[in-house]
Order: sequence, then structure tokens, then C-alpha cells
Amino acid sequence: MKNTLEIDRLSTYFYTEEGTVKAVDDVSIRVREGETVCIVGESGCGKSITAMSVMGLIEGTTGKVVNGKIGFDGENLLDLSKNELRTIRGNEIAMIFQEPMSSLNPVLPIGQQITEPLMQHQKLSKKEARLRAIELIKQVGISRAEQIFDSYPHELSGGMLQRIMIAIAISCHPKLLIADEPTTALDVTIQAQILDMLREIKEKSNMSILLITHDLGVVAEMADYVVVMYSGKVVEEGEVVELFNNPKHPYTKGLLKSKPIINQRQEQLYSIPGQVPNPLSLKESCYFHERCAQCMSICETQQPKLKEVGGSTQKVACWLYEEGIADV
Amino acid sequence: MSTMSSEVVKSSRQDHTAVKSSLWTQSMRKLRKNKLAMSGLIFVILMFLACFVGPLFSPYTDGKINVTAMNKAPSLKHWLGTDMLGRDVMTRLLQAGRISLTVGLASMLLSVFIGSILGAIAGYYRGIVDQVIMRIADLLLTIPGLPILFILGALLSEWKVPVDSRMYIVMLMLSFVGWPGLARLVRGQMLSLREREFMQAAVVLGLRDRRKLFNHLLPNLFPLLIVVATLSIGGAILSESVLSYFGLGVTPPTATWGNMIDSANNVIDFEKHPWLWIPPGFAIFSTVIAINIFGDGLRDVLDPKHKK
Ligand SMILES: Nc1ncnc2c1ncn2[C@@H]1O[C@H](COP(=O)(O)OP(=O)(O)OP(=O)(O)O)[C@@H](O)[C@H]1O
Ligand SMILES: [Mg+2]
Repeated sequence: MKNTLEIDRLSTYFYTEEGTVKAVDDVSIRVREGETVCIVGESGCGKSITAMSVMGLIEGTTGKVVNGKIGFDGENLLDLSKNELRTIRGNEIAMIFQEPMSSLNPVLPIGQQITEPLMQHQKLSKKEARLRAIELIKQVGISRAEQIFDSYPHELSGGMLQRIMIAIAISCHPKLLIADEPTTALDVTIQAQILDMLREIKEKSNMSILLITHDLGVVAEMADYVVVMYSGKVVEEGEVVELFNNPKHPYTKGLLKSKPIINQRQEQLYSIPGQVPNPLSLKESCYFHERCAQCMSICETQQPKLKEVGGSTQKVACWLYEEGIADV
Repeated sequence: MSTMSSEVVKSSRQDHTAVKSSLWTQSMRKLRKNKLAMSGLIFVILMFLACFVGPLFSPYTDGKINVTAMNKAPSLKHWLGTDMLGRDVMTRLLQAGRISLTVGLASMLLSVFIGSILGAIAGYYRGIVDQVIMRIADLLLTIPGLPILFILGALLSEWKVPVDSRMYIVMLMLSFVGWPGLARLVRGQMLSLREREFMQAAVVLGLRDRRKLFNHLLPNLFPLLIVVATLSIGGAILSESVLSYFGLGVTPPTATWGNMIDSANNVIDFEKHPWLWIPPGFAIFSTVIAINIFGDGLRDVLDPKHKK
């Protein structure tokens, strides 16, 4: 299968007054055609910044993409000019955000916000764009499409707005959809509906999805491939079934343990002890060592590399799986 | 098929106006409840009607000098008396109102246009464009408006600008001093708006700058612009009156409220012929107050965050 997106050794740093924050540090992620890749990890581990780097949204902040390549369609997105990038954004790569309420312009009717990219990227006339927009609104499961077309964002619920965001995102048949916690702001039943719909759309159009979430339930439901991030680094990745059945990294194990299991009432939900380290004071070490029950002396001084283990697709960055170390 | 789609389009157009108007009617209903603002609005409308329609019913519109009827006190024939050239004050007052109101409106439109576009561009692009625009604005803001207007007005007289075109030049002058404050306001709003999440969403959609700026950002400023524009009409009328009073704006024989007061600038006229200066003075005063009261009411409706 072809690769849709190839993030190769990407590093994005923020330069703050207190020092440099390595928000994304040497991260490689590959999304194949028609595949859903999930990025999971605790808050602040660099998931959103990874997505923003792909979309070219780092420029204009205090951050900078300092290294790496973002391959899309045989081109490095980081080399493209502003204009070239603009023809790709919204057209071949679309993105939806966590907060549907604030992602739509409050003073413009929904219809205008759907038709604009259609008119710009697909060169549709106003009339054609309108018909297509109404079709899209119906496609994302909203009835009364004509009425919704003329409504303003404040007249719709959060779930409906997220459907509209998805309608806008898929309007130009993108090859890749980046969804940054698309259901976090919604309640559980709506969340399930939205995810079902995304999956359905993906299957029909063979679109690839890069889904960012911290909810392992979402991962289990959506992902083909999972990337686990911790403090700006990928600590483990693999096919979803393998990774869920046989997590290798202590952090992944902890995450999976903290996931509530249906029909199995637990006294108290497990949570990984300790906190995410301060991104400003990271030294050469495994960043997870302070919270790790199996911490060894090497973990405190050297950073493990992401390596394949056990001849599978699964990769892990942990000294426990480095030959000749664990025995010492 | 084609009939079907045209039907869809038609029905949607009705929906569209219905929804749009619901937003408007909501604001307008709130406005209508505000008695003070409504009385301001009604006064302004009456003033406009009087000035633009009133003179049509007057037999004295030619402004002919009449030596037999100089400085006559108000009577049934001349409701507000006559001036020192025997012209009907009432008629001149209304004709002057045409000029004053037109100048106020037009210079407001122009300064809002210039100010919002320059402010929007400065706030959106930031960097060097912002620096250049805002430094020019700062420069104009540091010098109080009236002195600039006086200098410009003096130049006008110096250069012997024809009387007919003075009105247009005064409009230009007023918008020239009017735009910087507005540009500054719009820029500030723009800076905060462009950081909002929906603008990031617009970037991600790959929309062109022009679309983002004029279709997405500016509409968010409309309430503010409407309020500021309304309030600035009053200011422009006032400035025009001051200029004309000093003979630096629109000059006789074209009447404006300002130069009508000026015609009573000696003690004798002031004491003996109060009908010469009280009506134009009252016209300026009441119109400006009414516009400002209405503008305040508008602000309460359109900008709920603003609390007195
Ligand atoms: N503008 C910024 N300036 C400085 N540091 C930043 C900036 N934006 C993000 N960061 C830092 O980058 C790191 C990664 O942030 P990011 O938003 O990617 O986290 P995340 O994984 O998306 O978390 P969440 O689950 O809360 O959305 C954080 O440590 C954050 O402090
Ligand atoms: Mg995030």
C-alpha cells in the first residue's frame, strides 16, 4: 500500500523565556492509504503540535520546525511555499479540531462556511457549491439540510457542529484527514455516532485518517495502527491488535491498565503514578524513568531508541527490550 | 431536474431571509425597547426629512437678497425671521442642514471605509505593514484634530478653492482626521480575532487571505463599526460647524449651520437678532445629541459586553 503521509524525524521546538520546549522530538509516523493511525498519550505529550506541524500551523507562533521531513504525495510539505501549501490545505489534507463550537465563525451562516472551500479549491460556482453543501450536510446525517445551510453556528448543538466540521473537512475529498480529539468535547452517545460516521466515510472514500486522542476506547474502535507518545517522543507503536494484546513499554502497559473495562467493576481506576516531566528540564534519559516501576540505572542516563522487537511490526523504545541490558 | 433545483434555490432564499432577519429582528426588537435611543433616532429622521423635503415647500429657496426685509423678527411670513440680507432664516436653516448632514454622513462613510480597511490590514498582516500604517495614524492622533483642520482650512482659503467644491474638500479633510482612531480600534480587534480558533480553522481550509480578511474577520467587526460610525457622524457635524464658523469650511453664500452662527458674530446681532444664531445653534446641538443618544443605544444592543 502507498504511504499517504510520511512524517520523518520531525522535531518541533518552542523557544520560551524559560528555555526550549522540545514539544515534538524526532518523531516519525507513517500513515498508509486508507489507514487510520491513532496518536495517543497524556496531555502535553506533543500530539497536537505534531498535527499542527503537518498543517504548517507552527509558523507565526514562538515555535519552529527545526528538523525533519513531512512527506505527502511525493513532496516535502516543509519545502512548499505559502501558496502551494494553501492549495493542499483543506483540499488534500483536512483537519478538524476538538472544539466544534469555536471552530466555526460565529457570524457567518453554516452554508457559507461549507461552500467557501468548495468554491476556492474545486472551482465550483456558487450554485453548484450550494447543492454540494446540502448533499454534504445530508451525508453527515443531518436532516433539514436546507434549513441548516442558512443557520448560524449558535443555533446548532455541539454534535451537529462537529458533523458540520466533518462535512467541511471531507468536502474536497481529501486524501488525509487529521482529527485532533474530535469527540472529546462531546457526550458519549454523540461521540460513538461521530466515530461511526468517520469510519463509514473513510471506508467509502479510502481516505487516510490521523486521529489524535487520549481515549483508548476511541483507539480500539478506530485505529489500524497506534503510535504512543510520551514527552514529545514516540515510545511505542504497532498494529492495534498486537499493541493492545501485548503492550511492551511500561507506559503503554500503564495506559492500558488505566482504561476502564466494561462489565468489570473496579474499586478504583488505575492511574500511572507520578506526573509528566517538566518539558523544560529534560535530560538525556528515558523520560518515563521517574514513573517506571522497572526503572534500571541505564534508564536514568541514556535514551533508548525506537526498535523493532520480536520480529513483529511493533516497535518500542525501552531498555527492557534491548538485548544484553536487561540481564545486567 | 432543473425545475427541481430551481425550486430548491427559491425555497432556500426565503429561508435565508427568514433566518437572517431573525438575527436582525432580535437586535432591532431590543433597540425598539430603548425609548431614549428611539427618540434620538426619530429626531434624526425628522431632521433629515425636514432638511431634504422641507425647502421644497418654501417660497424663498432662491436665496435672493431682499433689502426691504432685512433683519426682520420672526413672523407668520418668515417663521424664523430674516437675516441681514433679507433672506428667510428658516429656509436657509434647512438648506444648511442638507449640507451639514451630508458632510457629516459622507465624511463618516469615508473615514470608516479608510479606517477599517487600513486597521484590518495592519492587524491582519502585522509586521512592517502594521508599523507603517500605525505610525502614520499615531502621528495624526498626536496632533489634535481641530488644529489640523484649521491649517488645512486656511490652506483652502489661501489656494482659492472654488466655493462649490469646498464642501467635498471639507468632507475629505474630516475623514482625513477621522480615520486614525478608527483604524486603531479595528486593528486591536483584528489582533485578538485572528488568534481565535475559527481563524485557525480557516487557515487549515486553505482559504485565501482576502477571503479570510474580508469574509471572515470583518463581519465580526460589523457591530462595532456600526456603533462607531453612528457616533462619528455627530463628531463630523460638529467639526464641520466649527470650521465653517471660523470661515474655514464651507463658505457663504452656501449656508451651513456653522457659518449661519458666524453671521451673528457681532454684539448687536447677538443681542438684537437672536433668531439669527439660536436656530442654527439649536440645530447643531440637538442633532449631535440625538445621534449620540442613538449611537449609545445601538452599542447597548450590538455590543453586550460593553457595560457602562
Ligand atoms: N505556543 C507554545 N509555546 C510554548 N510551548 C508550547 C506552545 N504550544 C505548545 N507548547 C508545549 O508543547 C507541548 C506539547 O503540546 P501539545 O499541545 O502538542 O500537547 P497535546 O499532546 O496535544 O496535549 P493535549 O492532550 O492536552 O491536547 C506541551 O508541553 C506544551 O507546553
Ligand atoms: Mg492537543
